[in-house]
Amino acid sequence: MPDFWIYLLILAGSTYLIRAVPFACVKNTIENRFIRSFLYYIPFAVLASMTFPAVIYSTGNIASGIVGLLVGGIFAFLNKSLTLVALFASGAALACELILMLF
Amino acid sequence: MKLYLKGLRAGIPIGLGYLSVSFTFGIMAISMGFSWWEAVIISAVTLTSAGQLAGIGVMVVPGQYLTMLISQLTINMRYSFMSVSLSQKVSPKFKGIKRWLLGFFMTDEIFAVASNEDEVEPKFFLGLSTLPWIGWTLGTLLGTIIGNALPPVIMASLCIAIYGMFLAIIIPPAKKSKSVLIVIAISALLHCCFYYLPLLREIPSGISISVCTIIGAILGAIFFPIDSSKEEKTNA
Repeated sequence: MPDFWIYLLILAGSTYLIRAVPFACVKNTIENRFIRSFLYYIPFAVLASMTFPAVIYSTGNIASGIVGLLVGGIFAFLNKSLTLVALFASGAALACELILMLF
Repeated sequence: MKLYLKGLRAGIPIGLGYLSVSFTFGIMAISMGFSWWEAVIISAVTLTSAGQLAGIGVMVVPGQYLTMLISQLTINMRYSFMSVSLSQKVSPKFKGIKRWLLGFFMTDEIFAVASNEDEVEPKFFLGLSTLPWIGWTLGTLLGTIIGNALPPVIMASLCIAIYGMFLAIIIPPAKKSKSVLIVIAISALLHCCFYYLPLLREIPSGISISVCTIIGAILGAIFFPIDSSKEEKTNA
């Protein structure tokens, strides 16, 4: 990978600082309602942006990507654990790929 | 030592979960052309799922340093909130260099477990972080080893696993909260626009993820401001 070490420094360095600096330096709570709300929604917004539409292309085949998304979505809706949802999404995608190979 | 062991025990389920998720990170890294040791080093020194996944996506194109920085800051902004939140709950012994060292381990799950404590001791937090860190690093290594040996069709299927985990994080809260659901829908639709529309399509994914995240969260904060004090528990 070209530029691996520079990239690693930026990736790991920024991740570390964004965790450690507030932990070490902030002594007061954030009271501002807008900022609190904004920060509250960030994880959901990040994961939604990362998942859609990348999830349907993740297997390299849109059909199995959509099947995996649907099955994973159903298991997530049923409050199954992270590991279980991940496993069933992969299993469904694999099943779909294997079925497609038969034809 | 007792506190450390108590933390170690509390970290077992997180460690196991990380083992399986980072396994798929290892596989994805291999499939994108990284070597096994590069993937393992990334996991060992970064310890985050979404950030690393976006990170390796940026790394495959040389020279996108600013994109890397902006995308990491946006994706990881939530950690600063968790750090601020947890800084309110630590014991008086938990200060100075201990905060600088242990702040490294502030992940979503470690934060969630730690913030259930009445008062977080440094030894407990170190114990709590130990197995998740080992699980995350070891899982990446296993993923790169086994990923190289697996048939391509299985490897391709496993690449969806990390997105399955993201679904498991965002869907249950979206069932309970309409505002969370709307924020998810806004960010997801917006990012689809960046994927498919001309011109927008040219923007690197590290930047577009940041833009869609910030817009979704700002609209959420404007239209559905939340009451303070009870939000941390449901945080992903």
